[in-house]
Amino acid sequence: MLQETGTEWLSQEVKTGTTIIAVEFDGGVVLGSDSRVSAGASVVNRVMNKLSPLHDKIYCALSGSAADAQTIAEVVHYQLDVHSIEIDEDPQVRSAATLVRNISYKYKEELSAHLIVAGWDRRDGGQVFATLSGLLTRQPFAVGGSGSSYVYGFVDAEFRRGMSKEECQQFVVNTLSLAINRDGSSGGVAYIVSIDEHGTEEKVVLGNDLPTFFDQ
Amino acid sequence: MNEHKGHKYIFQIVSGSILSWNAVLEGEANKVGYSLPAARKTGTTICGVVFKDGVILGADTRATEGMIVADKNCSKIHYISPNIYCCGAGTAADTEMTTQIISSNLELHALSTGRVPRVATANRMLKQMLFRYQGYIGAALVLGGVDCNGPHLYSIYPHGSTDKLPYVTMGSGSLAAMAVFEDRYKPDMEEEDAKRLVRDAIAAGIFNDLGSGSNIDLCVITKGKLDYIRPHDEANKKGVRTGDYKYKRGTTSVLTKSVTALNLEVVEETVLTMDTS
Repeated sequence: MLQETGTEWLSQEVKTGTTIIAVEFDGGVVLGSDSRVSAGASVVNRVMNKLSPLHDKIYCALSGSAADAQTIAEVVHYQLDVHSIEIDEDPQVRSAATLVRNISYKYKEELSAHLIVAGWDRRDGGQVFATLSGLLTRQPFAVGGSGSSYVYGFVDAEFRRGMSKEECQQFVVNTLSLAINRDGSSGGVAYIVSIDEHGTEEKVVLGNDLPTFFDQ
Repeated sequence: MNEHKGHKYIFQIVSGSILSWNAVLEGEANKVGYSLPAARKTGTTICGVVFKDGVILGADTRATEGMIVADKNCSKIHYISPNIYCCGAGTAADTEMTTQIISSNLELHALSTGRVPRVATANRMLKQMLFRYQGYIGAALVLGGVDCNGPHLYSIYPHGSTDKLPYVTMGSGSLAAMAVFEDRYKPDMEEEDAKRLVRDAIAAGIFNDLGSGSNIDLCVITKGKLDYIRPHDEANKKGVRTGDYKYKRGTTSVLTKSVTALNLEVVEETVLTMDTS
């Protein structure tokens, strides 16, 4: 370590290592993310909120390259703003997901970020869309980021249709906690966003308040 | 991506213009045994903190070219607007030019809007430019200022990602400085405590990182006033020599002495002082 000048991180891209998840329930969606941003082996932000608002009732979860993900979210936020003024009503979640998908597909060779789009609209209620590699698919729930690999078994076994909002929030927090424990690139606090027809609720669960499992 | 005459074109999403980067020049130079000049990097420790009335930015003053110190007292805290300043780490030319370009555009923008510029605006302009160049502009910045919405502090990375935080560090000495912040930062500190904290964070970088050194510059930005303190702390003052290698007159004995007068006429006299600091 004596020779290490530490400038490697300057050339290494900043990645949101990440665990992100979005779950649909009857009447809305719950999104969750961890808060770790790494550049090589160094954590550059331990409290980043990766749940980015695209509109009042539509959020997206960021993963992959921090610059690419932030830029896509900001561009789509702007495009949705214009679109919602043009149609003179709140945009559909499918529209937001399509805008994200269009950028992800067109620039798929240059970009390395995956955004999960989730929200509530009047027409179809709560919806979760995955946009990995430029596809667009609606799913009952979606997980993403490096930490997601460790929790596929858990989410596949534990997810049930027809959960209530509180059960969904607990499911999301449990998933995040398990992924954070196993994935080195995920950590920090858990951010939870719940969206339904009454509004949007943002919550932070601090590290020591996360649920514990057998080895703690 | 298109391949055209050896140039690579990377399409930019935000405004539709195209960037080209000439990879051929570097390849040709390497073939004949030359390498392109190594860009001068500011090894660097820079940091910023939000305190009760505003923000404080701090920086060391060493600029390195490989393992040699190119400048012992360079200024790393750059002007963006009267209420916004920016510390720069990474390639010295990139941080200098990027901050100057955004400073210029921000001044025009402020004249156009008729309002004092906001820190979030400077952040957007910087991140959109850096993203457009896909990380090839090696500028890692700590942007801080006070505007109508209060004090704000951002860290901006070369690829174009930004973080809005109460305290940030960047540069090769960032880990040393962050250790100090994580230990002693408290929200809503008083100005003197905050100045001491920033000074100690930069000092940690100066003494524990080879790429950082020399003095500590500080910039205190509050709603009413701006203090650009350069240097705030001369942590590495040049020592006074205790001995002298000059020999006394008479050490060498003189055998013969002859003096020849040169008749010269003084035409012009100019004096240029050399900066020996």
